[in-house]
Amino acid sequence: MCSVRPQGLSEEFAVSGHRACQGCAEILAVRLALKGFGRDTILVMATGCMEIISTPLPTTDWRLPWIHVAFENAAAVASGVESALKILMEKNKIPKKDIHVVAIAGDGGTGDIGLQALSGALERGHKFTYICVDNEAYMNTGIQSSSLTPYGAATTTTPAGKKSIGQSTWKKNMPKIAAAHNIPYVATACPSYPFDLINKVKKARMVNGPSYIHILSVCPTGWRIPTDLAIRYGRLAVETGVFPLYEIVNGKYSLTYNPEPLRHMVDYFNGQGRYRHLTVKTISKIQERVNLDWKRLKRLCELK
Amino acid sequence: MKKGIEVSIAASIAAQLARVEVIAAYPITPQTHIVEHLAELVANGELDAVYINVESEHSAMSACCGSSAAGARTFTSTSSQGMELMHEILFIASGMRFPIVMAAVNRALSAPLSIWGDHSDIMAARDTGWIMLFCENGQEVVDSTIMAFKIAEDRRVLLPIMVNLDGFSLSHVIEPIEFPSQEEVDAFLPPYNPLYTLHPDKPLTMGAYAMPELYTEAKYAQEMALINSKDVVTEVMNDFSKTFGRRYKPVETYNTDNADFVYIALGSIGENIKTAIHEMKEQGKEAGFVSLRLFRPFPGDELLSVLKDKKRIAVVERAMPGGAANGPLFHEIATLMYTGGIDVKIENYILGLGGRDVLPETFIDIYNGVAHTKDTVPVKEKNYDVIGVRG
Ligand SMILES: Cc1ncc(C[n+]2csc(CCOP(=O)(O)OP(=O)(O)O)c2C)c(N)n1
Ligand code: SF4
Repeated sequence: MCSVRPQGLSEEFAVSGHRACQGCAEILAVRLALKGFGRDTILVMATGCMEIISTPLPTTDWRLPWIHVAFENAAAVASGVESALKILMEKNKIPKKDIHVVAIAGDGGTGDIGLQALSGALERGHKFTYICVDNEAYMNTGIQSSSLTPYGAATTTTPAGKKSIGQSTWKKNMPKIAAAHNIPYVATACPSYPFDLINKVKKARMVNGPSYIHILSVCPTGWRIPTDLAIRYGRLAVETGVFPLYEIVNGKYSLTYNPEPLRHMVDYFNGQGRYRHLTVKTISKIQERVNLDWKRLKRLCELK
Repeated sequence: MKKGIEVSIAASIAAQLARVEVIAAYPITPQTHIVEHLAELVANGELDAVYINVESEHSAMSACCGSSAAGARTFTSTSSQGMELMHEILFIASGMRFPIVMAAVNRALSAPLSIWGDHSDIMAARDTGWIMLFCENGQEVVDSTIMAFKIAEDRRVLLPIMVNLDGFSLSHVIEPIEFPSQEEVDAFLPPYNPLYTLHPDKPLTMGAYAMPELYTEAKYAQEMALINSKDVVTEVMNDFSKTFGRRYKPVETYNTDNADFVYIALGSIGENIKTAIHEMKEQGKEAGFVSLRLFRPFPGDELLSVLKDKKRIAVVERAMPGGAANGPLFHEIATLMYTGGIDVKIENYILGLGGRDVLPETFIDIYNGVAHTKDTVPVKEKNYDVIGVRG
């Protein structure tokens, strides 16, 4: 029997003992990503679920150098770390070594409060990877909406009600915003497709400049789904075209997985408590939008 | 040999002499000349450092935290709204014990918008856990900046420091300043040898969160480090005096031995107070002046020993109380006197806000007890006088 398992991935950098909820795909995403980055990595993390579940003093979940400063500044802190390493190596104060700096933040820490710091860091061209672990709401403070919460999803600050369908704005396109900075590498990924995720991380690590990976990270708690279904819902998001898997290498888009024909949205919405209230009409409105976005993406992929 | 130079430029040369390795800064008047000159020094290869052109002060302080965590000697500078935008991260820098040095060019806060100097910004940031030095003139800015790195990086301290200088009235004046040579500074200030750094060869977790059972202990340890840093500040100031011949103390006094009446103030206004004292002396009136070169940690013992036999004390400050009973500096002096058993009259004067000129004669008026009747309108239920409010 031949093994399809990529080599050298047995080492764990996010270890057991953390306090993530059962079935959390966000910690899985981080764990897989760190395998791809490997040992010579410094991790900068924004405030959010991953920080809170992993580092109650005096314990830690991280076997890599790890720093948390605040919610909105992971990219700026990473800029400082990267710059310091560069000058200290230039001055031979520390041995020359290819150390990679990785900043990780949630959808809120990336698309809302941290957007400015992220934009600044991408634009300055630091050699680092920024990962957005997107669970589509502020989960750490208890499921409030962010600008990456999808249309129609109920959160505690966009509850569904007589006069509300839940989130009333469309999900912000963060990968496109990152790509608009003309950085060499942007990708989307999902831990339901672990090797695709790890491959993208490895590519990001090789890039000489900023890279951005947007990872859909299913959150059973916030999405109101059973704890054993995170992987399945990640796959459904990809198969329905809600969360396409693609790369933007030096501005060139390409799908890394083509799930066509797309499944119907209903398959994805079914069973998610956050979409329980959606009417057939709203679902078809969302379906239309997803179809349109999918077409646009495919057109981008065709551009030479 | 002394060289006539703008104090802002002198501050950046001091950072260059300290061999800073990472600078992350964002422009704001009246701090701009400091960061511009540093950017120039880096661009010309005269300073071997990385200048991170961040997109905001919030990111400036964040990048400084990252750089310091990775083990580089780190410098920044800001003023006013920039200091406010950094505010959140100022606490984190001190809580995580990063020996960052910042030139704080003191300026008024909006609204109304004012680019001119006063101490509103630093008073809003006074309890962020940073060591705070104040300068009266350009020479002190240069010397304090060099001393700041030595204090901050001392393993007994490991805390960030602000070197405060008044916007425009100090930052933009040209003064004769003596610069130590690079060799002298190198001998005084060894390269930064950090205790802990972010490095894959020795993974560490920095910036973890504390549950209620540990938070108090962590904060207590930080507070003790800050309080104990006073001894290191004094030690470094003494070392500096020995090496460079210019004497510095946490609490500076001028003519206090002869006088029953003393002014207390922070920053460059001290120079005007001293001029007034000199003039008064010629009229046979004895007044003294106490300048807090060190404001955080508060040098209570040193102050008490100066104030203990005085008959009248005037605290002069450049920030509005914001609805408090008195100005912020007054609070601390009054508390110190009460707990130190000094029961004498103490007055509070708010002046020089938003760059308003304060002439030496104002201090003569304060001495004569007429300052508050000149050009002022009364404020109800107040324990302080705002000098020069036009009715
Ligand atoms: C300046 C500031 N505002 C608000 C908060 C409170 N806060 C902490 S984490 C968080 C939400 C995090 O959401 P996200 O970035 O999506 O990450 P997740 O927890 O979902 O992984 C909020 C609002 C904070 N820490 N700092
Ligand atoms: S709330 Fe969601 S993202 Fe946060 S730890 Fe729990 S499952 Fe994971």
